[in-house]
Amino acid sequence: MLTRHPISENLDLLIACRSCDLLLDRVIPAPGKVARCPRCHHTLISNKRNVIDNTLAAAVSTAILMVAAIFFPFISLSEAGLHRDASVLDAINAFSDGWSVPLTVAVAAFIVVIPVTRAAALIYALLPLRLGLKPASGAARSFRMAMALRPWSMAEIFIIGVAVALVKVSDLATVSLGPSFWAFCGLILTVAFENKTLCEWTIWRLLDPRKR
Amino acid sequence: MDDMAPARSPETITAREAGLVSCDGCGALAPLGARACERCHAALHSRRPNASQRVWAWLAAGIVCYIPANVYPMLLTNTFGKVQSGTIIGGAIELFEYGAYFVAIVVIVASVVIPVAKFAVIIMLMLGVRYGSRLSAHRRMQLYEATEFIGRWSMIDVFVVAILTALVQLGFIASINPGPAAVCFALSVVFTMLAAQSFDPRSIWDSLEEHQRRVGH
Repeated sequence: MLTRHPISENLDLLIACRSCDLLLDRVIPAPGKVARCPRCHHTLISNKRNVIDNTLAAAVSTAILMVAAIFFPFISLSEAGLHRDASVLDAINAFSDGWSVPLTVAVAAFIVVIPVTRAAALIYALLPLRLGLKPASGAARSFRMAMALRPWSMAEIFIIGVAVALVKVSDLATVSLGPSFWAFCGLILTVAFENKTLCEWTIWRLLDPRKR
Repeated sequence: MDDMAPARSPETITAREAGLVSCDGCGALAPLGARACERCHAALHSRRPNASQRVWAWLAAGIVCYIPANVYPMLLTNTFGKVQSGTIIGGAIELFEYGAYFVAIVVIVASVVIPVAKFAVIIMLMLGVRYGSRLSAHRRMQLYEATEFIGRWSMIDVFVVAILTALVQLGFIASINPGPAAVCFALSVVFTMLAAQSFDPRSIWDSLEEHQRRVGH
């Protein structure tokens, strides 16, 4: 339990709630436990085991699955002797006619570029820590970028959209799913795993250049 | 609710009151007035700058884009030379008629319920900070977190259009193309996400303390 009244004068022993700005004594919870702000209940520290390993695992799997998702066949449609294959790149290109071109850029960013960038940034920031080296230069910046991009990474939303679309066309024609579809489904799992295991506070403490 | 007790009881103190600023990028503490975070190099500010103006501006943009998103067609379906256009609501109704109730509900929730609820919640939060609210600060905090978490899921419909367009290109038999509403809808979702991100949840608690102080004196 956190005390309401901070006692320490040392900034390293204090923590401010990032959601309501309440100043508290920093109490690291037992492994597997979560410390919450007593005022607004925002998570302050979730002391997960193997944060670095798990976050790296999520990032590396995301990168691998994304390569598979881009290059394997995604979905194909056949009806009355006509056949149509659509890859993920075709879905991105859907808006490339006329004035909706910017939407093509946005869709590419949401479902491919941002998830890949986040994975690369996390690997860049965390791999040296995993190997026991000192953090790469710019590690803090790249981790901050990865966290800021989190809401804009929408691979898991895309695949739900695809599922809805498949219901719409399943009456119209025969649909077959390719490996890329399943890779995207795997991305739902890596995203969920990352959300579950990543504790920002822990990683920031490990990345802190002032501690070395 | 625990905020029925005076929010500014002597044993609670915010970082700002203690002369500290917590970095928005990484949460590190620095003395108030420091310009950049030593740990993550982000610019430091105790409260998000011009939060209120930014929230209202993004929100207005989001609402403005949401109107054509519902009026114009989302999908242009061409079957045997006949072009049909479907709006967001029309698409959901069509799914209901197919009997795909679950999917129809997903579409309605993602494209109508979530965006409208988001507009309402952000307006309510902003008015609550300014004029006080009947809802407890804790409840408003939960609404804010829900809004931030759920807002991105509205993008589903844009992806539905993208994949349908990519897939259904069977020449004369059937082809699907995006309508103007797709761009408007995507913009509306992005603007509303930016509105939610510009909102500073700390202001809920700051305003509570201010109201308490005004009542106290």
